[in-house]
Amino acid sequence: MPAFQAKDAKQIGEVIAWAAAEEQPLEVRAGGSKRALGRPMQTEHVLDISALSGITEYEAPELVLTAGAATPLAEIDAALAQKNQMIAFEPADWRHLLGADGTKPTIGGVLACNLSGPRRIKAGAARDHFLGFQAVNGRGELFKAGGKVVKNVTGYDLNKLYAGAYGTLGVLTEVTIKVLPKPETVRTVLVPCLEDTTAIEVLTEGLNSPHEVSGAAYLPPNITRRSQAGTVAQSQGGVALLRVEGPEPSTAYRSEQLTDMLGRYGPAALLGESETERLWEALRDVRLLAEPPDRYVWRLSVTPSRGASVACDIARSVDAEYLLDWGGGLIWVSISATAPDAGADAVRTAVRTHGGGHATLVRAPENVRAAVSVFEPLPGPLAALTARVKEGFDPRRILNPGRMYAGI
Amino acid sequence: MVAMPAPDQAVLTRREEIIAALRQIVPGEGVIDTVPERRAYETDGLTAYRQLPMVVVLPSTTDQVSQVLRYCQQNNVKVVPRGAGTSLSGGALPLEDGVLLGMAKFNRILEIDIPNRCAVVQPGVTNLGITTAVQDQGFYYAPDPSSQIACTIGGNIAENSGGVHCLKYGLTTNNVLGIEVVLMNGEIVRLGGKYFDPPGYDLMGVLTGSEGLLGVVTEVTVRLTRKAPTARAILLGFPTSEEGGKCVADIIAAGIIPGGMEMMDKPAIHAAEDFVHAGYPLDVEALLIVELDGPAPEVDHLIAKVEEIAARNGAVTSRTSRNEEERQLFWAGRKAAFPAVGRISPDYYCMDGTIPRKALPLVLARMREMSERYGLGVANVFHAGDGNLHPLIMYDANKPGELERTEEFGADILRLCVEVGGVLTGEHGVGVEKRDLMDSMFNETDLAQQQRLKCAFDPNGLLNPGKVFPKLHRCAELGRVHVHRGQLGFPDLPRF
Repeated sequence: MPAFQAKDAKQIGEVIAWAAAEEQPLEVRAGGSKRALGRPMQTEHVLDISALSGITEYEAPELVLTAGAATPLAEIDAALAQKNQMIAFEPADWRHLLGADGTKPTIGGVLACNLSGPRRIKAGAARDHFLGFQAVNGRGELFKAGGKVVKNVTGYDLNKLYAGAYGTLGVLTEVTIKVLPKPETVRTVLVPCLEDTTAIEVLTEGLNSPHEVSGAAYLPPNITRRSQAGTVAQSQGGVALLRVEGPEPSTAYRSEQLTDMLGRYGPAALLGESETERLWEALRDVRLLAEPPDRYVWRLSVTPSRGASVACDIARSVDAEYLLDWGGGLIWVSISATAPDAGADAVRTAVRTHGGGHATLVRAPENVRAAVSVFEPLPGPLAALTARVKEGFDPRRILNPGRMYAGI
Repeated sequence: MVAMPAPDQAVLTRREEIIAALRQIVPGEGVIDTVPERRAYETDGLTAYRQLPMVVVLPSTTDQVSQVLRYCQQNNVKVVPRGAGTSLSGGALPLEDGVLLGMAKFNRILEIDIPNRCAVVQPGVTNLGITTAVQDQGFYYAPDPSSQIACTIGGNIAENSGGVHCLKYGLTTNNVLGIEVVLMNGEIVRLGGKYFDPPGYDLMGVLTGSEGLLGVVTEVTVRLTRKAPTARAILLGFPTSEEGGKCVADIIAAGIIPGGMEMMDKPAIHAAEDFVHAGYPLDVEALLIVELDGPAPEVDHLIAKVEEIAARNGAVTSRTSRNEEERQLFWAGRKAAFPAVGRISPDYYCMDGTIPRKALPLVLARMREMSERYGLGVANVFHAGDGNLHPLIMYDANKPGELERTEEFGADILRLCVEVGGVLTGEHGVGVEKRDLMDSMFNETDLAQQQRLKCAFDPNGLLNPGKVFPKLHRCAELGRVHVHRGQLGFPDLPRF
């Protein structure tokens, strides 16, 4: 597909102004690692912004970093690591899941898709760390919103709107994010659990304790075997996993307290530094459900206490495997490639039955993503409001049109 | 003084008819039209501005809110929503030709859901009321603006309120899971719930902090946070603000995010000490309170680290709280800083900018120069962790011209915040107060884009007009697309 390779924000503005005048839809691309995410688009042109790369401001004690939107995440992680800091929302890396190994995820892409990992329960989502930006709207105008400080309520919080808009409201050119110190130590408490519902109890008890749990996941027996973390792989049944992070005396104390507290569910084990890191990275990147690659993969956000019931309902009606994160609030489901409508009906009915939430079809072939609602369908008034918001930013509907919803 | 939009005479002439129609929707005492009763609503926390509303409506159901807004949209009547009226930026300042929509009757806690660490409440519940309802179970609602005893959660959402603990625990926007909101056309929309990150555009995120310009919130689901088992505070005194600022930077560079980190300058220290006798040192230029919270072994470990960092940065006073009583005493002075300044000056004006922390010494020095030039005293309290500065300008409203001079001084301070890379407001909102300074931070394109968002929610500009934006544009004008057909600007680039 023909690509415009813009070298700066001004050229992005020129391309978009042209596309708006000619009503030519554009696919906006930087690293290209998430092209298989969302609905397929009917675009004649690609707007490649990968030249807008590089960290422009970073002073560790200010907890703020500014970079070109197409700066590779790896470059930002490396700069932060030198100052013992990190992007706290634990951006997920779905390259393997989406068959995009070898591409370079960028900070703009992560923010535009609001991708957050297991630490979302404690640190917040990508949207919570997005402080300010410059972008080009669908009229080709360069504008800015937010600021470069961690606390700001000046004007509408357009950062929230752009996080998770999948590039349909504008093209980010420069972004400012909040960064935080990296925890000195990290441990995981593993509690064997035979039943999904018991697992939810364990995770809830951990999350409701004062021990500041920063990861709370459950792997059913069929999933534990695939883990790279030895202790998990060796466990005979399902496991509930609770992560604690902080200075050494603190993680030592908290993991011990959690072990004691949850001991009545079964003999708890303590995972050390490297096993903990491997384990939560695998969870973050959905490694345990990535194979075989022809299965559909869904991501569900639900009321945490209902997580096990939702998963159970789905597994009753289609051939499904699953694991739980966020204390039960995040469910990853892999469904057989033979399931009708990619399992959408089973998934969305289960979510509706158990207090609501939403489901996203993260992995499916293009023709399926064209036929099945990839993102949760919106009720009438909300869909109409969404269309009016799109109109306000991209009146000609030329930026990633249809990526989220038809007509948006 | 900032001027409000000229009243719509056609609406004022139809006042009786409008009131009668509103009484059809909200019966009985829910519609207030007498002057003495309307008087109670004429101002909010920004008391320099006063305006009697055309009529006050106090609905008690979502359906009534929906009907009132639909009626007002159809009849071109402006609406100003109000929670407890504690806004420090004039967010709830009424309009002469507008309905003041008070949400005080929405005061019920609907559900406390500890297993899911959340509560569902009506918007008129106070911030502290949520914490009070869940503290027996070891939880609290984290954002704690200083008005928390009075301010409502609905108002907190409108303003995206903060507090002294928000570096570690976040602002309102980071602690809300769901809202029900009524749009100006009367439509009721639910965003989010007891789960994370609602689907589609994050409209809840953009409604939070929208200062009552986009919709009226009728229900809120908030996150609850488990109370930390231990909290200890250190009181540190420094000979200069540079050393105090350096200490703050070193604490954060050491990987420590304290639960609270507050700084006061000399005038604020003296005012507070005279008032509450917290035992603050009087011979220092900067006082820092650093509070660490969490499990006891973590707090003890970090306290020792902070003590060491403070010593390295030249702290001349360093006292660590030995018990809860002493910790409360350290905070007593800081918490009473505003009334303490109120004691030594007939009036004070509280500003609210955020700056990159490294700019603090420069900003304080420039502020001292301005203070001399304007002939007005200023005391500073500073949320040092996140760079949010609250200068308190001391003045006497009874002296002719002094309020105007105070506003000019305040505007100069905020322009300075922007000049050093900061922003106009960290937590109080733009409202009326900082409306005409918006162009020091945003250009016309930036502001037009924000107003186009407003058009998606309220195309006739009837919800809280005159706040936030210095110029009101008609949505038709903002929505016009100017097509410039022509050559693409860079034909030499490789593309097809």
